[in-house]
Amino acid sequence: MFMYKVGVIGDKDTVLAFKALGLGTFAAVSPEEAKKTLRALVREKYAVIFITEQIASQMEDMIEEYQNEILPAIILIPNNQGSLGTGMQKIRESVERAIGVDIIFEREGEEN
Amino acid sequence: MEIRVNPTRMELSKLKKRVKVARRGHKLLKDKQDELIKKFIDLVKQNKELRQEIEKELSEAFRNFVMARAAMSGQVLEESLMYPVGKVDIKVAEKNVMSVRIPQIDIVGDEEAGGEETNKYAYGFAGTSGELDNAISILADILPRLLKLAEIEKGCQLMAVEIEKTRRRVNALEYVMIPTMSDKIKYITMKLDENERGNITRLMKVKDMMMQEGV
Repeated sequence: MFMYKVGVIGDKDTVLAFKALGLGTFAAVSPEEAKKTLRALVREKYAVIFITEQIASQMEDMIEEYQNEILPAIILIPNNQGSLGTGMQKIRESVERAIGVDIIFEREGEEN
Repeated sequence: MEIRVNPTRMELSKLKKRVKVARRGHKLLKDKQDELIKKFIDLVKQNKELRQEIEKELSEAFRNFVMARAAMSGQVLEESLMYPVGKVDIKVAEKNVMSVRIPQIDIVGDEEAGGEETNKYAYGFAGTSGELDNAISILADILPRLLKLAEIEKGCQLMAVEIEKTRRRVNALEYVMIPTMSDKIKYITMKLDENERGNITRLMKVKDMMMQEGV
């Protein structure tokens, strides 16, 4: 069976932490750079690509593009400055998309 | 709305068949949608919990990492992380959930490559700080769950798309296809009945005229 790889795209510090685990790490400073890296990773059979929320928020359109494909799975992770909540937001979006109303998170919304 | 059909028996029986098929399709799609939503909600709940957990632990790991970065010179840090212990490869299989293809991700055992439990640190302990060990240890711990999260989250996304598609189809059948076809059927039946009545009155009239002439 074909082996797929796991990649991480993010700022230098965040990415460095993952390097020790043996993931393919790619530091990106600008959104353009990150986009280029993402395209290259998809071509090179990376099945799971973790992207930090900070960078992902600047390349929404491209991430959306891959959302309907089976692979790659693009997953947002917080970077070393903490979470922006974009990852959660994404889950909420897919709930709204599927059901029409957000029934999973609404209870929390009331608390906030 | 204008109804454009030939009011013939042929057309009528054709339409009746089509409506029957459409009703059946609608019922099947509706069932599919219900089941999809049920599965989706389960998956999303898992997704949410896992993400909360992971985000918490990940920030813990990063905090340690930032400390390590502060305690060590950047060069040493980079040097110690330059050669990873092993390589993480994954296997991806496809699972079919209600005709949605969902990836299933497995980590390929990397033990033989040297990534044993005792040796997840790729560096000597002399020049590095304890925080770095902590950070790496937490990260190594999270990794399998991180991949699990990837699997679940991707599944959620794909299912959301499929549910949306199914809902469109169900609605199209329910609110457009079936009503128009029913209207057409009604129109044809009425037209045919009207023709029938016209025919009968004509016959009666002709009979009357013949009776009068015959007498």
